[in-house]
Amino acid sequence: MTSSRAAKIDRLAATAAHKPTAEGEPQAGGNGPKSDAGVSLAASAWRRLRRNPMFLSGAVIIGLFLLLALLAPFIAPHDPGLRLLQDQVVQARNQLPPPQPGHPMGGDQYGRDFFSRMLLGSQQTLMVAVLATVIGLGGGLVLGTLAGAFGGWVDTVVMRIVDVLLSIPSLLLAVSIGAMFAQQSQFTVIIAVAIVQIPIFARLLRGTMLGVRESDHVLAARALGVKRRAIVFRHILPNSLGPVIVQSTLVLAIAILDAAALSFLGLGAADDSTPEWGQMLGNAQDFFDSQPHLAFWPAACIIAVALGFTLVGESMREALDPRQRR
Amino acid sequence: MALLEVRDLSVVFRRKGEEPTIAVDGISFDVEPGQTVGLVGESGCGKSVTSLAIMGLLPSRGVDVSGSVSFEGTELLHLSQRRLDERRGRDLGMVFQDPLSSLNPVVPIGVQIAEVLQRHRELSRKQARSEAAELLNRVGIPDPARRLDEYPHQLSGGMRQRALIAIALACRPRLLIADEPTTALDVTIQAQILNLLTELVADTDTALIMITHDLGVVAGLCDEVNVMYGGRIVERAERHALFTAPRHPYTNGLLESIPRLDAPRGERLVPIRGSVVDNIPWADGCAFAPRCPNAIEPCWSVTPALVADDGRMLRCHNPVEVPVTAGEGVR
Amino acid sequence: MTDDVLVTVDDIKVHFPIKRGVLLDRTVGHVYAVDGVSLQVRRGETYGLVGESGCGKTTLGRALLRLVEPTGGSVVFDGTDVSTLKGEDLRRMRRRMQMVFQDPMSSLDPRQSVESLLVEGMRAHGLDKGKQATHQRLKELLAAVGLPESALRKYPHEFSGGQRQRIGIARALAVEPDLIVADEPVSALDVSVQAQVLNLLEELQDEFGLTYLVVAHDLAVVRHISDRIGVMYLGSLVEEAGSDELYERPMHPYTKALLSAIPVPDPEVEDTREQILLTGDLPSPANPPSGCRFHTRCPWRQPARCDTERPPLREVGSGHRVACHYAEEILAGTITPHEVEPELAQS
Repeated sequence: MTSSRAAKIDRLAATAAHKPTAEGEPQAGGNGPKSDAGVSLAASAWRRLRRNPMFLSGAVIIGLFLLLALLAPFIAPHDPGLRLLQDQVVQARNQLPPPQPGHPMGGDQYGRDFFSRMLLGSQQTLMVAVLATVIGLGGGLVLGTLAGAFGGWVDTVVMRIVDVLLSIPSLLLAVSIGAMFAQQSQFTVIIAVAIVQIPIFARLLRGTMLGVRESDHVLAARALGVKRRAIVFRHILPNSLGPVIVQSTLVLAIAILDAAALSFLGLGAADDSTPEWGQMLGNAQDFFDSQPHLAFWPAACIIAVALGFTLVGESMREALDPRQRR
Repeated sequence: MALLEVRDLSVVFRRKGEEPTIAVDGISFDVEPGQTVGLVGESGCGKSVTSLAIMGLLPSRGVDVSGSVSFEGTELLHLSQRRLDERRGRDLGMVFQDPLSSLNPVVPIGVQIAEVLQRHRELSRKQARSEAAELLNRVGIPDPARRLDEYPHQLSGGMRQRALIAIALACRPRLLIADEPTTALDVTIQAQILNLLTELVADTDTALIMITHDLGVVAGLCDEVNVMYGGRIVERAERHALFTAPRHPYTNGLLESIPRLDAPRGERLVPIRGSVVDNIPWADGCAFAPRCPNAIEPCWSVTPALVADDGRMLRCHNPVEVPVTAGEGVR
Repeated sequence: MTDDVLVTVDDIKVHFPIKRGVLLDRTVGHVYAVDGVSLQVRRGETYGLVGESGCGKTTLGRALLRLVEPTGGSVVFDGTDVSTLKGEDLRRMRRRMQMVFQDPMSSLDPRQSVESLLVEGMRAHGLDKGKQATHQRLKELLAAVGLPESALRKYPHEFSGGQRQRIGIARALAVEPDLIVADEPVSALDVSVQAQVLNLLEELQDEFGLTYLVVAHDLAVVRHISDRIGVMYLGSLVEEAGSDELYERPMHPYTKALLSAIPVPDPEVEDTREQILLTGDLPSPANPPSGCRFHTRCPWRQPARCDTERPPLREVGSGHRVACHYAEEILAGTITPHEVEPELAQS
């Protein structure tokens, strides 16, 4: 019943669980560099990350889009809701305003300035992705911690629910959840995408925690007489978060795509006065023959942002992978 | 002519953005036909890398191997991959520390042995199979005919190591390299395996290079022992000479720091201070100097050479004095 | 005997259930990891527990500390029955019995600095009385295990194996325990470093009056450090004696084989010694042999009785206990060893 996705998550969890044992042997020949004083694991991971071109390019992409989203209201030349070029729209002949001076990307089917809509659309898209991921992460943390820390029947019940959710293709699940709401809005998109992410996070965290729970240092803490709560929150959870954090950057990319897909399918906000890339992409399909650039720009931006997050996520996973550590 | 001549073998690992690591630093030794030679040292001394270099099993990227390894007059280091593959298995066999990861988990033991036989000795499938059963029987695996169809995970650690030895010996190699073959095993099983190796080597006149960190294993098995430290050989001697009168402070330190089963109780161990991270590069002096109780001024500035000294080879400026009662041992 | 006993283990059993099943787990059998062991550890002594992998020595050590739940039997620690303690009482009791682990890397939380590792136990038991006093205590602990004060701000991965083991020992010492269970304390370390840690353990014992239970597979190490030794085979104690007595007069066939199997770094000894080679493998603890657990590999096995009747651990001399029907006869030489057909372990 467990899908291949579940197996993949478990594999990821397993790499983290072995962390403490994967310790480098003494440098051969004894002329290896000595480490500086007081470098925590996170710090040494960051040192490696800083030099990784993959991470840097991903970070630059994300940084650019974030900057764009923050500055969008100030640099957008027009109000995205105003139908400035309405007189150039000819419904019958499927004719839309072409790119022209003052409107570098032309206008959409209501004659609104497409460039300004692209700029402001970044806000919505990023917000949906981040919120959906944060909610998904939060839910996953709660469920995963419950299952991982208590084990027993709590674990069984939680994990069976998670397995059921994982066995449904993620987009189908998101669509079904989105369709359950009476009134579709940006909020329902966020919730739908978030719920899809919860089981992924929960399973990943639970798998990692089970591994860490059996590790010697947790046994050592138990032997010391440290209280159960402290063991879970000081030892097990912090040592299990690595893969989850990495996963969340990867999930951000997926969330952007899922949110775009939902909007594209018409499950987003009914009111399109606040622009969103997925929705724009969906609207553009009617005019793809005559105005392909209307589809190109939102699609290119979605891919670019998703790529940025994927690059960062993958390089973080590499940096935190114990086998890479020297 | 010696069966295997290793001359000035060096292995340097290069990693992007890091200082190159010298794992093996110009070591030379000979193995005569039928002889058992020990390479002893702690983790990181380069003993395993030496064996991988001899077998040509080091990755070609990021590793520089220099020097010469000649087997019956053939230079192994410059052999093409294909020719090397032919020699491995036929002339050179190897047994690794971890028998589980050295065996293919999804192929039955019998097929894995038969494969080697078919390839190097050109036996038919049927012949190979019966020969494989014969080999399993010879390495002391009970009920060999049935074991042929079992997978590695169905065998115990000791049995797996026996199977691995059977594979290594399948083509009657002239030289067997055993890299920590008993480290993963329990002592009673270790005794079985060591016994088996001794017997097989004596029966077939195979030469053996025994790589281990356990001085006890070496004491009963090897004709000649090389003690390695920091990628170089620091002392080489016939085993009786080495153990009764160790001259290098490192060899001596090792012997004094391990608890001996037959030592009187209550005797304090004399540890070697520090750890391998304290080593200085050989180029600056003696790598062992920071940990050496005998270190004198030149140890910190002059690289000691491996020189002949009373029937042994020694790399030390200030060796341990030969005890007066050499016959009784130092302890 | 008037010795002051610190720990009394009485017929302790740890059976792990083997579970199978798709939706609901069904118990299909048990692994008899520890199957009825009784022993006493005296105050201030070092009790060594040896045996090969799978003999249950580690599980016994953990069951004694209640890190593994015993299935039966009792552990009385200084007058308190530890095996029935629950919750907070058990947690408080842990202060007095500590553990040192085999792998010093995995037993130290990689995310915590040495300072926080050492303070944690003290805090859990209310031993951190003020910043000044705690810092003083940390300095003392580091000095006791031979680490510089600068170690406090460092993380485990910045130390060598030997130093990490010192940190692990300091962590155990931090809560001022009476008993330390050391599980393979040196087997993960380089040979040249092992002696440092063994000497340290001895020094600390003298300084703080500690009692040790040392669990190890290396009989040479155990003999060096222990006053008394218990030999385990397949979940039970087969022989127990003083360290010298065990070496000079081993009575159980398994002990004899174990002693003869350990290589000694001395060619003279190696060339002349008589080996008792055991055939076959350790049987699976999930399916232990009937009668004497060792009878499948025993060169002295006698018909009938060894296969059916499990020998109890009985006193054969002052402080020397052995679980063999024919211990005296073997010692006297009236029973001689014979060939054994190797049997494979069934799992």
